[in-house]
Amino acid sequence: MATAIEFFKLLPKTNCKDCGQPTCLAFAMLLANQKAKIEDCPHISEESKNALSESAAPLMRTVSVGVGKTAVEMGGETVLYRHERRFVNQTAYALTVCDDLEGEPLKDRVDAISALGFERVGMVFATDMISIKNVSGDPVRFAGTAKAVSSIWNKPLILESGDAVAMEKALDSIGKLRPLIYGADAGNIEKMAALSKKHGCPLGIKADNPESAADLAVKARAVGAEDLVLDLGCPNLKRCLEDHTVARRAAVKKKFKPLGYPLMNRVGCGEYAVAMAAVSTMKYGSLVIFDNLESYEALPLMTLRQNIYTDPQVPIQVKQALYPIGNPGEHSPVMFTTNFSLTYFTVRADIEKSRIPVWLQIINTEGLSVLTAYAAGKFEPEKISEAFEESGVLSKTDGPVIVPGLVARMSGRLEEMIGRKVIVGTNESKQIPKHLKELTSE
Amino acid sequence: MADVPSVKEKYTGKIEEIAFGNCVAGGADGMPFLSFENTLKRRPIIAGEVVDDLADYPEMAAEMFDGRQKDPVEWANMWKEIGADMICIKFLGAAPDKKGTTPEEAVSIVRGISDKTGLPVMVLGCGIADIDNRIAEAVGDAMKGTKMILGRTEEHEYKKISAVSMSNGHAVLAFSNLDINLAKQMNILLTDFGVERSSITMDPLMAALGMGLDYSYSVNERIRLAALSGDKMLQVPMVCDCTGAWDVADAVSTDDPSLGDAKHRVAWWEALTALAAMLSGADILVMRGPGAADMARVYSEELAGVS
Repeated sequence: MATAIEFFKLLPKTNCKDCGQPTCLAFAMLLANQKAKIEDCPHISEESKNALSESAAPLMRTVSVGVGKTAVEMGGETVLYRHERRFVNQTAYALTVCDDLEGEPLKDRVDAISALGFERVGMVFATDMISIKNVSGDPVRFAGTAKAVSSIWNKPLILESGDAVAMEKALDSIGKLRPLIYGADAGNIEKMAALSKKHGCPLGIKADNPESAADLAVKARAVGAEDLVLDLGCPNLKRCLEDHTVARRAAVKKKFKPLGYPLMNRVGCGEYAVAMAAVSTMKYGSLVIFDNLESYEALPLMTLRQNIYTDPQVPIQVKQALYPIGNPGEHSPVMFTTNFSLTYFTVRADIEKSRIPVWLQIINTEGLSVLTAYAAGKFEPEKISEAFEESGVLSKTDGPVIVPGLVARMSGRLEEMIGRKVIVGTNESKQIPKHLKELTSE
Repeated sequence: MADVPSVKEKYTGKIEEIAFGNCVAGGADGMPFLSFENTLKRRPIIAGEVVDDLADYPEMAAEMFDGRQKDPVEWANMWKEIGADMICIKFLGAAPDKKGTTPEEAVSIVRGISDKTGLPVMVLGCGIADIDNRIAEAVGDAMKGTKMILGRTEEHEYKKISAVSMSNGHAVLAFSNLDINLAKQMNILLTDFGVERSSITMDPLMAALGMGLDYSYSVNERIRLAALSGDKMLQVPMVCDCTGAWDVADAVSTDDPSLGDAKHRVAWWEALTALAAMLSGADILVMRGPGAADMARVYSEELAGVS
């Protein structure tokens, strides 16, 4: 991916504003951040356009699995570190259904996988795919299980088998759903790649290391399979960290095409599997297939994934609402702060520490923290009083309203607007428990 | 076989090493655990957390120490038995609204821990500058000759702790709030004041999983990359306190059975915080739960290639 300056050099530099941007440089910066398309410039020369398309060509292929709204995109990454530019497509997690299951047990298994999900900060965390594993050795059975699962699971599927005959059978049955064909290795690469081409389904390649993965990728391309996902065969955390780093750096820094594909890991279940998944999630893995995942493992892991794949430029926000903490009553104090998730969680945790019930009103500041929001005019008495009105908090309690210490200067105006006495709180969240205890002991 | 191009980065910087007896922090000359560019084969130091006052300490964590948490020295010794390399004692009880641990009592606790375990100690206070300074001064003087980490120094409050560290051969913990520039500024302040770079450890604030870990992860990575690229003022070992995981409601909640067993969940919460810390550059991890500490130790040994 080119830098803004490289894009700028190829633009007309007339600052004509026809692209909607004030200057060519501003447009170039959007291009570099993938927030604009080259075609948005009506005056660009054919020559520059070709040069730009070339440099805008992805270093890592984006591969999608599944069809329709639930399709999962993987890869398409352009950087090594998330502070350079956000990581694009978060690591997908798949759980396994073995093809020795049928009838009720099969349905129970799929139901259990569907039920593994959480809501956190207004975002839904869930399993993205099911991998159907050919443990029976029977192609008919494999295809039958795939069909059965596809009728009760509407997200993407992975077909996991090293047997090209079984794979063909299953693809005849559910190939239209664009499952990931997982099981190409040195022994069957031509056959599996041909199936990938024939059915238009992405191909997962099982290799032993980055070198053999690159070899197999070249072979698959030769047969016409284009959408590849590479399993580097990482046996442990160290190999996962190092080999994934080698592959990602080779792809995005050295433009080494044979490794310019999303990476995947096949793990089992239990503690070590979760650790592998965590390393893979932080370091360049696009898909992890588990045998199974407990909910006490899934919630922290999915939270990690969400943290790593957050856009560093767009803070995570919580909803503007009234959050009762610890069963507050009609005399409990009212506190308020911004909807920047970090602020919310910190304040919430510190209130909980005090063991004193509080009505916590969250104000939508578009994810800005207290001082920044105040400076930007997004955390003003007008807005706060509106939010109080909307949630009706002042009719729920006659307790004091506490203003964050950092914005103490709004106290007077806020008092006027809400007609309730306000108290200046602490500058720092960690002082909240002490302040609340003093307040309630008075 | 395909010829995969070499992806080794050529760094010019190296992280300072600080030795606490046999326990050495720092020394990296490449990004964490990448043996093709980082010649260091050393896992991060695991510092087990001990507090002098259990008033605000989570019960679920206390239960894991078989009653030995009631005596800081016994507690520290249990940490040693389960594999910790260092003890991080936090004198939360020194706050006036707590049990009011005095500097003299702090000295006796730290001396007790050091004598009993032989492990290096990191001494932190309750967050009230005057009190923390007095504790650091008393402990720092009393423990002259046994290298420890005294903290935390902050932008407007670093002189007393720095002075006592310098005159007794201890290291300083420099705290900054999730910002590479502030982190660097702290190290500049300390070196300008006379603290040797080889006596500074930095705490850029490790936010726990789900509590802003994304910020910490990136700040840590940027600090480490800048240090390796030659910024001397960032070439000091990084301390990441992962115990914040226990403040996350989703980690410890027992209200919702669909979240699974809370003890296992909080162990993972802290262990994943630690994994993120070590992959982004941590040299010393402060840990609360024995299970999470164990995972951090075992996984980092494997990652470092020393298992």
